[in-house]
Amino acid sequence: MKRFLLFLPLLVAVIVGVFLFAGIGKDPTKLDSALIGKQVPVFSLKSLKSPDSSLDEGLFRGEVTLLNVWGTWCPACRDEHDDLMRIAREKKVAIIGLNYKDNRDDALVWLDRLGDPYRTVIYDPKGTLGFDLGVYGAPETFVIDASGVVRYRHVGVLNGEVWEQILLPVINEARENG
Amino acid sequence: MLRMACFLLAITASGFSVADVSAVYGFESRGEEQRYQNLIAELRCPKCQNQNIADSNSPISKDMRNLVYQMMLDGASNEEIVESLVDRFGEFVKYKPDLDSRTLVLWATPVIAVLGGLLVVAGVVVRSRRAGTAAPALSNEEQARIDKMLGERNQGGNA
Repeated sequence: MKRFLLFLPLLVAVIVGVFLFAGIGKDPTKLDSALIGKQVPVFSLKSLKSPDSSLDEGLFRGEVTLLNVWGTWCPACRDEHDDLMRIAREKKVAIIGLNYKDNRDDALVWLDRLGDPYRTVIYDPKGTLGFDLGVYGAPETFVIDASGVVRYRHVGVLNGEVWEQILLPVINEARENG
Repeated sequence: MLRMACFLLAITASGFSVADVSAVYGFESRGEEQRYQNLIAELRCPKCQNQNIADSNSPISKDMRNLVYQMMLDGASNEEIVESLVDRFGEFVKYKPDLDSRTLVLWATPVIAVLGGLLVVAGVVVRSRRAGTAAPALSNEEQARIDKMLGERNQGGNA
């Protein structure tokens, strides 16, 4: 009994260590989306590129799409723009933009100057759709399957590595199951 | 006098800041305002993760406060308001997560720690009691020796 008590601190240290070790390497600022497995929220917003036309959640039906949340005020969005251009050029997946809490003139200048990887851009100056999607900081990128269900969300810059290792496998899976 | 003036100024200024909050969001009663304050104090900002949405100045917290206020105006209950934010941002926004299989360890840890502490205390007490009763009583001879020794020491101290 006494022997056992001597080992008690070691036992406690091991248990605590296992718990803490599990947390190493996890980025606490990256949260799982609450929308995974759910339909894209209902919305009705104008298109950025053609202000007269309205867009709604039907936009996400029919094929797997990438929904990229961006704004000209967001420096990290500039960082990922070239990668988005490359994905669009190689026609890997249709990219839909969500211009979040931005203004139309700035956004159009940005697309004109840096290139336009988006098939359609939803114009959301008040951030209502962004709020319903649980967007808490641009850039964020969602994978949405052909029936309009959110499959994945990536928070932060979309670079080559994120694309190859995370998004592309999710997209391929969504295509197979869809 | 100057100190008094400063004090008065501070009091008035704090009054202004309180008035400022209700100027942005008008409430029918003090109770409703208190409900709002309680709600935003226990909701967590997803962007600035160690702040509640009452303290955070980030745009997302502002949007969240706005939703809380709008839903209150629409007559929603506290549960409905919190639920609607959890649906968007996940369980993360609650400072008090629900008790389920994932949060069981989190909720149980304080209880386990307290019970563990009580066990240790009980162990120490039992052991010391046992040690106390187990000590052999002094024989008459030994008691006499001790009395003699103590008597000598007391006399020595007095001298």
